[in-house]
Amino acid sequence: MSLENIVIQDAQIGQINFEQVKKRQRAKSFIKGMLFLLPSIILFSIFLFYPLGRTIYLSFFLTNAAGETTVFIGWQNYVNLFTSPIFMQSMKSTFLFVLYTVPFTIIISLFLAMIANEKLKGIGFFRTVYSSTMGISVAAASVFWLYLFHPSIGLLNMILETLGIDGIGWLTDPDWALFAVSITTIWMNIGFTFLILLGGLQSIDSYLYESADIDGAGYFYKVRRITIPMLSPTLFFVVTVTIINAFQTFGQIDILTQGGPVNSTNLVVYSIYREAFVNYKFGSASAQAVLLFIIILIMTFLQFKFGERKVHYQ
Amino acid sequence: MTMPISKRIIFYVLLFITGFIVFAPTLMALVMSFMSNKDIMTGSFPTMLSFDNYVKAFGQFPLLKYLFNSFIISALIMLGQLILSSLAAYAFVFLEFKGRDLLFYLFIATMMVPFEASIIPNFHTIRDLGWIDKYEGLSIPFFALAFGTFLLRQNFKQIPKELREASQIAGMGDFKFYLSVVLPVSRTSLLTLGVYGFLTSWNMYLWPLLATTNDSVRTVQIGLKQLQTQEQLNDWGVIMAGAIIVVIPTLILLFISQNKLQKGLTEGALK
Amino acid sequence: MGQIDLINISKSYDKQKSVLNEINLSIEEGEFFVLVGPSGSGKSTLLRMIAGLEDITAGKLKINDKVVNHIPPKDRNLSMVFQNYALYPHLSVEQNILFGLNAKKVDKKEQRRRLTETAKMMGLSELLKRKPRELSGGQRQRVALARSVVSEAPLCLMDEPLSNLDAKLRAHMRIEIRRLQRRLGLTMVYVTHDQVEAMTMGDRIMVLNDGKIQQVGKPITLYNEPANLFVASFIGTPKMNLGKAVFNGNQSQLIVENVLNIQVDPIQDDIPRNENVTIGIRAEHIFPGTNNFTTHHLEVVNVEHLGNETSIAFDIGSELWTAKWPGQWDITVGDVVPVHINIENLCFFDSKTGLLIKSAKAGKKQEVVLV
Repeated sequence: MSLENIVIQDAQIGQINFEQVKKRQRAKSFIKGMLFLLPSIILFSIFLFYPLGRTIYLSFFLTNAAGETTVFIGWQNYVNLFTSPIFMQSMKSTFLFVLYTVPFTIIISLFLAMIANEKLKGIGFFRTVYSSTMGISVAAASVFWLYLFHPSIGLLNMILETLGIDGIGWLTDPDWALFAVSITTIWMNIGFTFLILLGGLQSIDSYLYESADIDGAGYFYKVRRITIPMLSPTLFFVVTVTIINAFQTFGQIDILTQGGPVNSTNLVVYSIYREAFVNYKFGSASAQAVLLFIIILIMTFLQFKFGERKVHYQ
Repeated sequence: MTMPISKRIIFYVLLFITGFIVFAPTLMALVMSFMSNKDIMTGSFPTMLSFDNYVKAFGQFPLLKYLFNSFIISALIMLGQLILSSLAAYAFVFLEFKGRDLLFYLFIATMMVPFEASIIPNFHTIRDLGWIDKYEGLSIPFFALAFGTFLLRQNFKQIPKELREASQIAGMGDFKFYLSVVLPVSRTSLLTLGVYGFLTSWNMYLWPLLATTNDSVRTVQIGLKQLQTQEQLNDWGVIMAGAIIVVIPTLILLFISQNKLQKGLTEGALK
Repeated sequence: MGQIDLINISKSYDKQKSVLNEINLSIEEGEFFVLVGPSGSGKSTLLRMIAGLEDITAGKLKINDKVVNHIPPKDRNLSMVFQNYALYPHLSVEQNILFGLNAKKVDKKEQRRRLTETAKMMGLSELLKRKPRELSGGQRQRVALARSVVSEAPLCLMDEPLSNLDAKLRAHMRIEIRRLQRRLGLTMVYVTHDQVEAMTMGDRIMVLNDGKIQQVGKPITLYNEPANLFVASFIGTPKMNLGKAVFNGNQSQLIVENVLNIQVDPIQDDIPRNENVTIGIRAEHIFPGTNNFTTHHLEVVNVEHLGNETSIAFDIGSELWTAKWPGQWDITVGDVVPVHINIENLCFFDSKTGLLIKSAKAGKKQEVVLV
């Protein structure tokens, strides 16, 4: 029916203007596409892009307690940060924390994924156990470890004492606190990282191993020559995610140490939180947030630039 | 393909040891939640087990209210993410229009903006909208999810284009096709994303800490922190009981869907 | 009145890469028309343009004498069967068949009527409640056909519908589709890369290569009078034997690939005496030599015993030629066998342009016999 209609119209015009029809169709499909994307775009704009811009803007101002800007001070917030020993300590702790957590998370999870990838009876049980920490929230995990690290009744010190070693002030000794927080974090990360790496291992074609078996390759040779290269895209992804997560650590600190002792665990997000919502210095906090954003941007960029080249894609 | 027995023993030993170490903290918390305070303080093995700690935890704190709040918020975020991500993924896979690639890069870019770096203006936005202590404030900011969009996009791409073309010839519009074909066909990955969204929302910490000031919408995670700060010095059994209550829903969800979650996440992670 | 007319149709992507070039074609009502060509020749693109799934870059597409370039697929009143069948995996056979009618909001009663009728015709009545994954390849194919039949559209487009089936089933479905098309009086446009399918099914065939029409015609015409070297080597199994040829000094002999001399009557004038000539001969025209009629002795390099016939390969210069002899022949590799090659059976092509200069005489005679 509609075919007839259009044709009759066309006949009256005599010549169909295809260009115009095409243009109209293109406009229609653009509107349709935007309608599908609009909900996401609006929310991204309000809760991601606008705040990003606003944060940069705020970082050049002093603010009152309600977060309204009072005095424009240019780069002064940044200058203050880089001359503040507390912030420099925070940066140092953050980088050390990344250095402690990322490699160990990956190595441990990879090891677990490899032994959980063998075809053995009851392997499903172990997979569930390994991935269980993914279901444990930051708050719960921190509470578990808060007890484990407890100086007098904590399990770790009890074990040390029965072995005849003096107890450690896990969360009270500035030399140990960051290390203790890192252990907690690694434990929490294992579940997710394990799950992703196991998925990566399972997607490697078994015929690769079978043909290596025929060639008489040993277990470690296969790991080095097949598993690691074939797993490299997954590893690449996992490393990126773990690094970014490490920079965004907050919950563990809030429950375990509140940034102490003597600021040794005052990681950057916790520092931002304290500056903004305890000290109400939103300008300075925003400057820190901008730095955090830049660091993560650089990290992702470096990852893609240097990581991707070594990655073997199938 | 059978493994020699010696090799199998080595693997089982490794599996048991590492499995025990990984699970020890959780197991310990579970046992402690049934122990008396005296046993915990003296570091002895449990002499008796009881539900006393749970009774106390529920009695002293509005844990049920917190659980309910967490459930509502997680469910809201899950649904919001599923709807928004699937709509966006549909546009990226099945619709062709000018600027689509540009928008796709915009979505990728959102992955590089850490939410933690933008909490200050977000807090002010929520405050100005009057959403502090409201479910909206705790859920809506997380509806748009680039990761979810990628995961579903990956999955939608595996739907043969011919299905769309056949429906075009039959005269079916895009939204109808999205509803009646794309969503049912990819229910597995929707389930995966749903579980993932629920888990991460349930476990959120920083944002609920900022956006709640009283018990009305406070989530169970913040409740646990309060329990811990108030009970810290004396009653670890109660704290552990609280922690176990917090993790049980997510652990069950994880155990049920572990296989699907693993497959789904791996697919989404690697283009 | 042609049901589908393509007038100067062209297709290019990004304003550069040209996929189809100036296609002019008329497809008659009720005709079974086959588009055949190697992969990448543009045949599927052409079909999808007729369906409205692909934009037309330039030219006019008419269905029933009405320009439809800008009309969406649903308003073109056609049905389409896809290579992978495009069955909705979450719907039952019944829901799959009724998918289009539902989308077009056809009356429920009418839907039932057409469903029962179509299911009966396609032998699907027992399978209506099953899901596609519970069906065999042949059954899926039938569901896809049923979906097209139930729409009652007069024009049906098929895109390599049989390529996912095994050889036996494929031969069977060829016949079924052909019968269905006749029975319903459909105008069929059928795309395939398989020239056997094209030859056996088509009323007319269009051979497409590199986005250009090579030849349009009846199957037998394409076989006997291939318009150029491409069609000659594409149509027919085995492909036509080809070889570069020159005439000797006194025009009495044609020398093929420097090895094969064929006697020519020097005064016979319907033989093209061009310098750059390529000759072609069908396998069945290289006859076994008898005492009286033997023109050459050739060394056998391969033998295939097919039971009803024997296929023998020879090296002719740089070309491998095949002869097909009816019956069973006791020949082994290395034997030198007598053959009979007649100048009458040769096709002549211009080596430079590849175009046909003169087709085989014998072939034409055969056609007359057939008619």
